[in-house]
Amino acid sequence: MNDLSNSFRSGPDDHGHFGIFGGRYVAETLMPLILEVEKAYDAARADPSFQAELDDYLAHYVGRPSPLYFAERLTEHFGGAKIYFKRDELNHTGAHKINNCMGQILLARRMGKKRIIAETGAGQHGVATATVCARFGLQCVVYMGATDIERQAPNVFRMKLLGAEVVPVTSGTATLKDAMNDALRDWVSNVEDTYYLIGTVAGPHPYPAMVRDFQSVIGSETREQMQAAEGRLPDSLVACIGGGSNAMGLFHPFLDDPDVRIIGVEAAGHGIETGEHAASLTGGTPGVLHGNRTYLLQDDDGQINDAHSISAGLDYPGIGPEHAWLNDSGRVEYVSITDGEALEAFQLCSRLEGIIPALEPSHALAHVAKIAPDLPSDHLMVMNMCGRGDKDVFTVAEALGVEL
Amino acid sequence: MTTGETSGRIEARFAALREEGRAAFVPFIMASDPDTATSLEILKGLPAAGADIIELGVMYSDPMADGPAIQAAGLRAKAGGARVSNTLNMVRTFREGDADTPIILMGYYNPIYIYGVERFLADAREAGVDGLIVVDLPPEEDTELCLPALEAGMHFIRLATPTTDDARLPAVLANTSGFVYYVAVAGITGTKSAETDSIHSAVMRLQRHTDLPVAVGFGIKTPEQAGAVAEVADAAVVGSAIVQTIADNLDGDGKATPDLVEKVLSFAAALAKGVHAARRQAAE
Repeated sequence: MNDLSNSFRSGPDDHGHFGIFGGRYVAETLMPLILEVEKAYDAARADPSFQAELDDYLAHYVGRPSPLYFAERLTEHFGGAKIYFKRDELNHTGAHKINNCMGQILLARRMGKKRIIAETGAGQHGVATATVCARFGLQCVVYMGATDIERQAPNVFRMKLLGAEVVPVTSGTATLKDAMNDALRDWVSNVEDTYYLIGTVAGPHPYPAMVRDFQSVIGSETREQMQAAEGRLPDSLVACIGGGSNAMGLFHPFLDDPDVRIIGVEAAGHGIETGEHAASLTGGTPGVLHGNRTYLLQDDDGQINDAHSISAGLDYPGIGPEHAWLNDSGRVEYVSITDGEALEAFQLCSRLEGIIPALEPSHALAHVAKIAPDLPSDHLMVMNMCGRGDKDVFTVAEALGVEL
Repeated sequence: MTTGETSGRIEARFAALREEGRAAFVPFIMASDPDTATSLEILKGLPAAGADIIELGVMYSDPMADGPAIQAAGLRAKAGGARVSNTLNMVRTFREGDADTPIILMGYYNPIYIYGVERFLADAREAGVDGLIVVDLPPEEDTELCLPALEAGMHFIRLATPTTDDARLPAVLANTSGFVYYVAVAGITGTKSAETDSIHSAVMRLQRHTDLPVAVGFGIKTPEQAGAVAEVADAAVVGSAIVQTIADNLDGDGKATPDLVEKVLSFAAALAKGVHAARRQAAE
């Protein structure tokens, strides 16, 4: 698959578009800034010393490569496909988010920026950002919806321990999308010294492509590790999707391998039919928000609807534009899993594998539970265990009616 | 730049003001804030209060360039019945009594995109809209709405900002029509204010690159500030301060108090007086 015209890995185009998706829909005040980020990223990408520095930190600070683990007891339990977990929950800070933060913080340093801002939903990206800011002695301001601050208290405290300022966002619905609005407002107001460290494969170009590139270490390692373990590529990949950065990181290195079936799992919340969900592809339509065109949860007047998921990290009314394009082109299948199904998978994984997963990858695992039993035992399936569940124990206890 | 035939109202208004040697007062209100009937009453009263051009906000749930005052206005407007179609109806009704005052719709792209670009341009033109300011459509995305708008004879007014340097300015001005809107501060609406000196030099910089009138907005809150801007620019835009006057005249349930319209219009009149009293400094 060297012919780029037939490749699923050649996007975006020079203007940041993946088909009709992506782009740069931002206020003029921000345009010079995102052009500067793009230029700096292009230069860094072409500089072998940048990648070498990043690789060094990924190895010794983040703890990469993360293992590819054969989930033997779940495999036995489902009685079908051979299940592997890509263990990105073992990274420093407990999720895949730090892969991207490490890349972007090195970029921000190259650009001479002194102040880092970020948005966070579950708090995982906020913690990862606060972590790299502490490591490099940079000021860190994290915008977080007031609703999320309440349900993710441990992560809020972690960020503060790491020296970050956590700004509660009360505008709009006080969740991740509003945190992103307020981060963008901060950026237009502090254009000189500030770098916006976006946490997912969304936002204006070059962020979707840049974050994907930094997260693609997940998929690249998986290729090598699966070759070593089984002597061939996996047959299928499964990952959960909020904005979609862990999924894009796993998927992207495999997009041009047509025999690899790729499945993204959105959050169906209380059920797609209830309207209370976060499944932008399954239950949304194309629109423009946060600097890019993608599938959005919105009404017929173009107003953005609230998303709902038990998982704060999936509770976003949009999705990365490259996922939107992969959906329309048919290369990736997108499905959805409800709060209840994710909760069951959360408990099952804890009991059978001794791994307490985050609620986000519990969605992916719930889909694995649906399809694995009907697949042959030589079917190799990789699920991205993109975060650990420590942060979710309070939410899960409440959902199960347990008082802590 | 090929354009369809415009309504001509913006050109006529600026030509008349140039004859008089004064700048335009441009108030902004959010359509349907706090409800459609009250908002329409304010809209109809603005020309008599001294508005030369009116910016009418199109509500969007996620206004990333706006500060707290206009965000709150948007939420009130949504509760008050704001929809794109409803906003166009307000303009239609306004036009029954005013054939001359230019109306600019200001907002974000998604509600227009969802309404449908072709249909929106046709309906807006028919309703009597003269121009558009769409905050999140930089020149990089001109094919979306800017070029179709110009072809349909709808002015597309671009924002230039303190971060728009000389290298970028020609691209920003290339497909701009009607006038140029200079955002006086790097920031969101209704927060910081710029110094008059820096506004003056910014306007002169823009005038070296374009013959279009230059309007200035963001951070203008008082008649005095509006007057100072009017001395150096072709138009002074006031948004958040007017919208805040609406917020200050609501009852405990968020409904309009009986004297809300009068309070808003008398504030607008004071702003207009500040603008109209200012003599243009020789920029030519």
